[in-house]
Amino acid sequence: MKVTKKDMENVAVLSRLSIPADKEELYTQQLSDVLEYVDNLSAVPTDDIQPMAHVLPVSNVFREDVVKESLSRELALSNAPLKDDGYFRVPKVLED
Amino acid sequence: MKLFEQPAHVLHDMLVNKEITSLELTQAVLARIDEVEGDVQAYLTITREEALAKAKAVDEKIAKGEEIAFLEGIPGAIKDNICTKGIKTTCASKILQKFVPPYDATVMQKLEAQNPVVLGKTNLDEFAMGGSTENSAYHPTCNPWNTDCVPGGSSGGSAAAVAAGTAVWALGSDTGGSIRQPASFCGVVGMKPTYGRVSRYGLVAYASSLDQIGPITKDVTDCAHILNIIAGRDEMDSTSLDVQVPDFTKALVQDVKGLKIGLPKEYFVKGMDPEVEAAVKNGVKELEKLGAEVVEISLPNTDYAISTYYLIAPAEAATNLARYDGVSYGERAEDAADLVEMMTKTRTQYLGEEVKRRIMIGNYALSAGYYDAYYLKALKVRRLVKEDYDKAFKDVDVIICPAAPSVAYKIGEKISNPLEMYLQDACTVPLNLAGLPGISVPCGYNKDKMPIGMQIIGKALDEETILRVAYTYEQSQSYHEDRAQLGGK
Repeated sequence: MKVTKKDMENVAVLSRLSIPADKEELYTQQLSDVLEYVDNLSAVPTDDIQPMAHVLPVSNVFREDVVKESLSRELALSNAPLKDDGYFRVPKVLED
Repeated sequence: MKLFEQPAHVLHDMLVNKEITSLELTQAVLARIDEVEGDVQAYLTITREEALAKAKAVDEKIAKGEEIAFLEGIPGAIKDNICTKGIKTTCASKILQKFVPPYDATVMQKLEAQNPVVLGKTNLDEFAMGGSTENSAYHPTCNPWNTDCVPGGSSGGSAAAVAAGTAVWALGSDTGGSIRQPASFCGVVGMKPTYGRVSRYGLVAYASSLDQIGPITKDVTDCAHILNIIAGRDEMDSTSLDVQVPDFTKALVQDVKGLKIGLPKEYFVKGMDPEVEAAVKNGVKELEKLGAEVVEISLPNTDYAISTYYLIAPAEAATNLARYDGVSYGERAEDAADLVEMMTKTRTQYLGEEVKRRIMIGNYALSAGYYDAYYLKALKVRRLVKEDYDKAFKDVDVIICPAAPSVAYKIGEKISNPLEMYLQDACTVPLNLAGLPGISVPCGYNKDKMPIGMQIIGKALDEETILRVAYTYEQSQSYHEDRAQLGGK
């Protein structure tokens, strides 16, 4: 699978990463190499195979919905890069 | 043997018999750190004062005649992707360089009940992505057997610390071999338990359907003891299994008579270092002499395991690492005009190359137009890989193969070629895909005296049998008594 420059730009946007111009070619080549290698999967017949996202036969694990002690607001905010009056502070999201 | 060279079970008995104090022991290990840490660089954070205070408290308890738990007063180290309340947890990433968890991982709570001396946090490949610890954003770690070589990874700091005597025991995490491969490279014992055996709560997520915490120790006995401590259902991790936890130390018996060992032919092919192959096959022969039966088996989808892993793990990583957005914790880049620019600048500035690469592979495999061909395909082949093991385990009790296709290589030798690095994981990733337990035990050296590890794979939740096989083999040899000599340079 040959990765194009456009693919690379698209995947960078999805990843919220920007690729410096001097690394663009290298990253594109490395991604191409990996995709070319994993392409060996296309030889495996899997039409009747159910996908397996998880190895355990466990589903719907429930617990009682009871109030318990949890992290205080102060502790939950203790690692925030920027906080304000008990909230996380971020750059403006909505237009004026 | 010097104090810092002893396994935990020997030191525990010495503490109980009042032959040593925890303070003497802790000082001996800290002195060892002072002596060799400059060459090995296994740690990212050393909590010297806390360690000494804890040792003194344990000694007071012993002096009062109180009973002590197995790890009580014994110094160990924690991989720096396991959350430790009040102690910096960086994942060897710049984006978490100041992150101090406000809570303990469940394994830390369970350990804390034992009152061990925690020496600090060990180095890893950033976010556990890598097999050499060279992807740490801080510094590489060196192999104590030859400091020009890598210790393996991603739990390279934990394995190197145990091998160098700068920790008696350690915890690591294993997503695609990150406990077993560095254990093999460093000549120590490392186990990845069955997926769901140990709670992942507080383990910083890399690939959630594959990650599992496990012990790295000087011998199999210590491994069984530590597994006893960390195993069990946890309400905070819905994927931890609600099953009986046996006393794993009961599996420490020397008996493999009638036990059936499968040797998968697909693991002993292309790219395998002949010295590694010979050492592992000698190990299997030894078990045969001790009464086990050996049969060749086939795991036909082994060739596809690497591809499957390198789609599933990056896809899960791309999702898990979306949380490093500069909002609720971690670093934030300055001078961004809006939210998206802030996130993009933050991630670009503070995440390392390999982490970025895996995020991009993952997002590519998950993106519109490619999802079916890559991610969904990988999930289907994952089932085939697991079914190979299901079939094999109808006929055999354990499967044995190398823990890595080579011994530890030179620092810098493979780092420039990501794909070549990924191919190194061929012996270990299939187990994670299938959720099975595996242990690496030392089984010899190459001509340069670099350690080789034999990997013993078990059925799901059958850690007891792999411990029994590992223990039987270990006791028939003396590799577990060898100590790294810090050669090289």
